[in-house]
Amino acid sequence: MAWWSRKNKATELASEKRSVPTGLFIKCDGCSATVDSEKIRESLRCCPHCGFHFSMPTEERLALLLDEGSAKEQDLEIAPLDPLGFRDSKRYADRLVALQKNTGQADAFRSFLASIDGVPVSFGMFQFEFMGGSMGSVVGEKITRVFERAAEQKIPAIVLSASGGARMQEGILSLMQMAKTSAALQRLRSLGVPYVSVLLHPTTGGVAASFAMLGDVILAEPGAMIGFAGPRVIEQTIRQKLPEGFQRAEFLLRHGIIDSIVPRAELRPKLGQLLRLLRGDCAASPTNQEPAADHPVP
Amino acid sequence: MLDPRQSLEFERPLVELENKIGELKQLAGGELLAAEIKILERRASRLRAEIFSNLSPWQKVQLSRHPLRPYTLDYVSRLADEFFELHGDRAFSDDEAVIGGLGRLKPLGGRPVLFIGHQKGRGTKEAMRRNFGMPRPEGYRKGKRLMELAARMKLPIIALIDTPGAFPGIDAEERGQAEAIAKNLEVMAGLPVPIVAVVIGEGGSGGALALGVCDRLLMMEYSVYSVITPEGCASILWKSQSHAEVAAAQMKMTADDIRRLGIVDEIVAEPPGGAHHDFDEAARLVGEAVSRHLLALDKLSGQELLDGRYAKYRAMGSFTESAQEEEPPLAVE
Repeated sequence: MAWWSRKNKATELASEKRSVPTGLFIKCDGCSATVDSEKIRESLRCCPHCGFHFSMPTEERLALLLDEGSAKEQDLEIAPLDPLGFRDSKRYADRLVALQKNTGQADAFRSFLASIDGVPVSFGMFQFEFMGGSMGSVVGEKITRVFERAAEQKIPAIVLSASGGARMQEGILSLMQMAKTSAALQRLRSLGVPYVSVLLHPTTGGVAASFAMLGDVILAEPGAMIGFAGPRVIEQTIRQKLPEGFQRAEFLLRHGIIDSIVPRAELRPKLGQLLRLLRGDCAASPTNQEPAADHPVP
Repeated sequence: MLDPRQSLEFERPLVELENKIGELKQLAGGELLAAEIKILERRASRLRAEIFSNLSPWQKVQLSRHPLRPYTLDYVSRLADEFFELHGDRAFSDDEAVIGGLGRLKPLGGRPVLFIGHQKGRGTKEAMRRNFGMPRPEGYRKGKRLMELAARMKLPIIALIDTPGAFPGIDAEERGQAEAIAKNLEVMAGLPVPIVAVVIGEGGSGGALALGVCDRLLMMEYSVYSVITPEGCASILWKSQSHAEVAAAQMKMTADDIRRLGIVDEIVAEPPGGAHHDFDEAARLVGEAVSRHLLALDKLSGQELLDGRYAKYRAMGSFTESAQEEEPPLAVE
């Protein structure tokens, strides 16, 4: 199952901007140091020198975040169709089959019932390796179900986003997933059940412009690129170079758009702490007294 | 009379012919001239049928962006008595790419409603002021403020959609363009008053949808609605904007296509040759359809509206759902 060591086309395409380290040594995108890739893997795929966050394969992230043995995957029966008969250089239907073979997943999103740091949650995360995490009908449906399950069971919803936006190959149906997921969230909100949105690198387009920006609390990984329009589109429109650090998590924090930046290693205890506070628990989180030893901070 | 210089290539022969007929009508002519006009009118009608019965998706995209096409305020001024425009988001500024205000809907006996919509500008100066109909966050936040006001006052909302998309700029990102759009999607899903949206021109992506969550979605015959502009789609998937024409066809973005996908409730016919040939008639057709839908929605309570709206969007999407065995718990190392 060590598929991250295999170099296939899907992961290559998906990680166009931020690589999953694969070779023996790798040049850090953050500080340009040459780093032993084994060391990077040991430190949760962060650079041991500068803390730069490389992209993390979905399986590793699930193992890092969800309590051991708690996760039950949901909605496995949902699979994509090709409603438009879309074709660019290849048929959309063929692309889907190839990606399903490469990733072992039906589409770009996975949903779970699980617990995080002891708190039961309705959880979902993007599989960026699948078509850049783009949101079509399947992704929109699964996210809607994550929110609906949170509402039914009165448990917090947690969604980790990493997506280029709506999926062009499903046309208007993809656009409507923005309205659908946001409507589900509107219902959840009226019940007083919290939703924490975690933004990974990158979160843009129709995903940013819907549920990802609607968290009661919005967290982001250091350095994640987050925004509505992609930097290339903005540069083409205004015909100017973009300022350094534009649309990075730190930029969004400064402009009041997100609540906090949380390094990968701290995400599980921080989420636990936050959920207990939102729940009105009087007891502090157990991880506050004894920091998780199994995942050292890089 | 339409300016042929502002006409699309495929409609130019028709516009020139129509203008010629118009000129002849100005002349004090005898019977001979009247007969000539009649022949030309018959020819124009044949030519119109020929051109418009066979429009490609790309030609419809061009029509939806036609520089002479009626814009939101052209409709509002014809549909409303006593239009009272309201401005600003109360936080940053007044975005003129979005207009909103109260008015009496003439075809519905002067009933007060809220109009909200994207506004493009005619001529360079106004186009710049309106930012080509591309709102910034404050435009969406103005829309949200006004729609929430309408909901408190129990007034129906008429949303007119016409934008290439939300503005992609540094300032827009700094002020939370994504959040502004997202918030409107959430808020509109929960407003307990009837919302009828009409795509009158370009339905450009999230920037259009952010004023377009509704109980009834209408599209004008030559309007389009898409997840990204055909140019944007082409530059990403075909790596060149010159494939926009292909992308327009592939994305299924014309009113007919969108109806086939089950997203649109009604297509509003346009006057012969398109809405830009007759603003009054285009507005009359929109007013008639909107009023009819508002009357039907009148019968529903606030809660029924919200349940219906939720069900409408909940059902959107295309996927399979085959039964599979229960998944074992995820192995976590």
